[in-house]
Amino acid sequence: MADFKMDADHSGLALERGVQGVLGAGLDRSEGALKVSGVARYGYEHPLAGEVAYGYLITAPAAKGRITGFDTDTARGLPGVLDVIVDDPRIPRQAAAFVPAHAGNDEIDHWDQIVGVAVATSFEAARDAAKSVTMTIAPEQGHFDTMAGVGDASGPPKDSRLQDMAKGDIDAAMADAAVTIDQVYTTPNQVHAAMEPHASVAVWEGDTLTLHSSLQILHAAKGILAKSVGIEADKVRILSPYIGGGFGGKMLGPEAVLAAIAAQKVGRPVKIAMARSQLFHNVYRRTDTHQRIRLAADKDGKLTALAHDSVVSQGPDGGFMEPVALGSIALYDAPVRHFTHKIVTLDMVQAGAVRAPGEAVGMLALETAIDELAEALGRDPIDFRKLNEPPVDPMTGAPFSTRALVECLDKGAERFGWANRASQPGQVRDGEWLIGMGMAAAVRINLLVDSQARVTLSPDGRARIETDMTDIGTGTYTILGQIAAESLGLPMDCVDVILGDTDLPPGAGSGGSFGAASAGSSVALACEDIVATLAERMQADPKDMTLKDGHAIAGNRRVPLSELVGSEPLAALGKISQGSNAKTFSQAAHGAQFAEVAVNSVTGEVRVRRMLGVFEAGRILNAKLARSQAIGGMIWGIGYALMEEAVLDQRHGAFVNHDLGEYHIPSHADVPPLDVLFVEHIDRHANPIGVKGLGELSISGAGAAVTNAIYNACGVRVRDFPLTLDKILGGLPDM
Amino acid sequence: MKTFAYSRAESPEAAVAAGGRFIAGGTNLLDLMKLQIETPESLVDISRLDLAKIEEREDGGLTIGALVPNSDLAADPRVIAGYPVLSRALLAGASGQLRNKASTGGNLLQRTRCYYFYDKATACNKREPGTGCSAIGGVNRILAILGTSEHCIATHPSDMAVAMRALDATIVTLKSDGDRRRIAIGEFYRLPGDTPQIENVLEAGELITHVELPTPPKGEQLYRKVRDRASYAFALVSVAGIVSVEDGKIASAALAFGGLGPMPWRDPAVEAALIGQAPSDAAFAAAADALLKDAKGYGTNDFKIPLTRRTLIASLRELTGVSA
Repeated sequence: MADFKMDADHSGLALERGVQGVLGAGLDRSEGALKVSGVARYGYEHPLAGEVAYGYLITAPAAKGRITGFDTDTARGLPGVLDVIVDDPRIPRQAAAFVPAHAGNDEIDHWDQIVGVAVATSFEAARDAAKSVTMTIAPEQGHFDTMAGVGDASGPPKDSRLQDMAKGDIDAAMADAAVTIDQVYTTPNQVHAAMEPHASVAVWEGDTLTLHSSLQILHAAKGILAKSVGIEADKVRILSPYIGGGFGGKMLGPEAVLAAIAAQKVGRPVKIAMARSQLFHNVYRRTDTHQRIRLAADKDGKLTALAHDSVVSQGPDGGFMEPVALGSIALYDAPVRHFTHKIVTLDMVQAGAVRAPGEAVGMLALETAIDELAEALGRDPIDFRKLNEPPVDPMTGAPFSTRALVECLDKGAERFGWANRASQPGQVRDGEWLIGMGMAAAVRINLLVDSQARVTLSPDGRARIETDMTDIGTGTYTILGQIAAESLGLPMDCVDVILGDTDLPPGAGSGGSFGAASAGSSVALACEDIVATLAERMQADPKDMTLKDGHAIAGNRRVPLSELVGSEPLAALGKISQGSNAKTFSQAAHGAQFAEVAVNSVTGEVRVRRMLGVFEAGRILNAKLARSQAIGGMIWGIGYALMEEAVLDQRHGAFVNHDLGEYHIPSHADVPPLDVLFVEHIDRHANPIGVKGLGELSISGAGAAVTNAIYNACGVRVRDFPLTLDKILGGLPDM
Repeated sequence: MKTFAYSRAESPEAAVAAGGRFIAGGTNLLDLMKLQIETPESLVDISRLDLAKIEEREDGGLTIGALVPNSDLAADPRVIAGYPVLSRALLAGASGQLRNKASTGGNLLQRTRCYYFYDKATACNKREPGTGCSAIGGVNRILAILGTSEHCIATHPSDMAVAMRALDATIVTLKSDGDRRRIAIGEFYRLPGDTPQIENVLEAGELITHVELPTPPKGEQLYRKVRDRASYAFALVSVAGIVSVEDGKIASAALAFGGLGPMPWRDPAVEAALIGQAPSDAAFAAAADALLKDAKGYGTNDFKIPLTRRTLIASLRELTGVSA
């Protein structure tokens, strides 16, 4: 087994010597045609033999209280109804996530809480039955206002990645500074709402459970599901070959647990897809945030202090804390530093990981504040950032693994035409529209997690990769194939990639932008073993052997791989584990975001005209897929800046805009031409293949570039996100 | 969705005789049925009736079949040439897919997009008369500032109907007793008062068969829609304007508004403030004053009052060629 712990840099992979020429190439995603033609089967669509039942979740119309009784008689009497389950002690009360959720439906602790499931022979019958169930509720007054509860707030949980930290005296630094900024920024609740809803099909065969679902990290989900259902983990198999978006929200959904329970009770497979409105209240949300940022600088523009203090919310027993300051900790040099978080417990669905937890919302505030400080100092915001570039991690003193923020800023400024930006707001007009340019830095911590993959080279010369790693729409199938093809010298169509099945070696799963680095390294390591065996059979040193187009070339010999393999397949398990490099080096990916916007001087409507993202995320495995990830993140940034908000009715604790008609994310017409440039530096300290996480990096700072551009366009600075037109209107010139 | 009976009508007469709820494109009704906000026992499918034609009349106006899809209506050369306000309003609404399905008659009858109307766990007088209005005192950023009552502050969501209101369209119907009616669009919708569940003057079983547009109006036409994103969002405020200027004076003006009230809104006082005046910001401000005299904000929708004022003034500048 090729087992490598990241306690030191890898000495050099076969991948690095590869001449196949597929690594990094902008190849189409290998499963793309299957998806657009409908051949790829998502979990809910998995074909099943025999009779299938459909479940529809029953939810409670209250945010807090006790349920004293159910009336299921009407529902049970409807045609096609097989069962109405409201009395199982395993019914999850909260968004099942990293740990088994609290079970039991006697208590309601958030709006629209799932309290049972109706099971019928058709989806329509199940839905009608679920809506026919009534319940008696003894309501209690809930609490839904984060800032009203700040007096009772707690600090970061003990196991939180991010603990409160302080260096120097922030109050003294603020008092002594030539220029300061002390502002509060707020961001709203946001929801997951991936295109493919949470959906599962549960099939029992004897005492073993197979779940076809849409999940990001399968081996973890398997353990949680087993505990939630009350069976041993080795009796559970989960398959998620295709996933229509994860974004941190698909660790394990409540529908999976209920499908398993229902299938057990009705004695046939049960399919459950959560309705869109149910997703809004039963999948963990991103908390609202209240962020105070204090910045101090001397007259020459050097930061002397940086403080980022946040209040976030959580549901009952949530555990997770939105790590708001994550991006702020090591981004800029300043001797005095201060980062705190307070958590307020509300009677709402739990808060959890949503698209770049921490940086997505923290960088909206920090990078707006930096823009404000640069303006107060009379400095160009790019020059200000370069002036405050830290030589080492300013919190720990550790060297950076790689860091190219300044290069991203410079290349971006040139490509975007930053020199043409008017330094004062409100200077550029195009008819009714006020035009402005803004920028922000991007940062995302880099992670590596344990991951395994098996690579098998067959006698026919084909390679097969097997791992329970998932492809959540990011292109994992393709990049793992590219890594193996490059390492083994095979054309892409000679590599098969099998993912998303817990019967396969446990991979990293998808999340935290660690998938490509972790799963990719495990595949590269497995290939190391195979290359070593091939070299042995060629009687050559691996470094002196070339692998290309299915042949090994060494010592004036060119031998087909099929011949070298012989009659028995060559198989190897690659395993990467996190090691001390995670502490020895400060690891993050960086970038620079640029936006040009138009603000309507009559209405305050904002239209983004163009954006550029320049990113350094280590080795780029596939230029096309990397760009797709980057533009996806930048589009999220447009949404965070301008429109995305789960609007909370403070009386009920309900999100009122619980559908995609009213929960606004950018439509096609809101997305201008997006330009992406990669600055490629292979990060050998981060992982064997030298890549860094990219998906979440491209969200970071994108929204702040937009809002800083709005300020440059019209001189209106809004600190409460999203910047809907009603918040801009009052600052516009009179008609 | 509750179980329902389904039949397909072979003629308008058969449709009204069938005595069920009509369904054409279904772009609104099916959503409401899935949520059990509408629970018809019987659906009469009118989508295959011969009502999908746009015809010129001898008087120079257009007769639009009730089943003409929104996309077709927007793209009709006669509409683009004579009634650009209507074409633009249609294209400002919904999405391409929805416009392909949505019918002319159905668009007029869209239900409100008030959050609480859609959430059966909350009170709503329009959905369940007598239960109360959750929007008053709740989240009402998208709701009405004109024509509201203490029972309902919902808005009518249509863009098309706003343009038709400015164009003085006539709605032609067939009643269940076989009689035909012609209803001026200004007489078609009802204010909520204490019966917000009743939104228009149609009788039970009455079918919209056509919409008539008069001769193309004189002057400049405009549809301006202000919304929270560039596409696929309902109007916060919209203006359908038709204004002609002769000899330096405003000779005619028709102005209708979306996003402000329970119906496509039109107020003769707005037009009276303009007609006979030289186009100027002062005249435009007077028109805005007339429109917003009785406007009432409910908290988070207060911004609609200044937004409407600004949007109207800018629209009038554009219609009359007056620069700021």
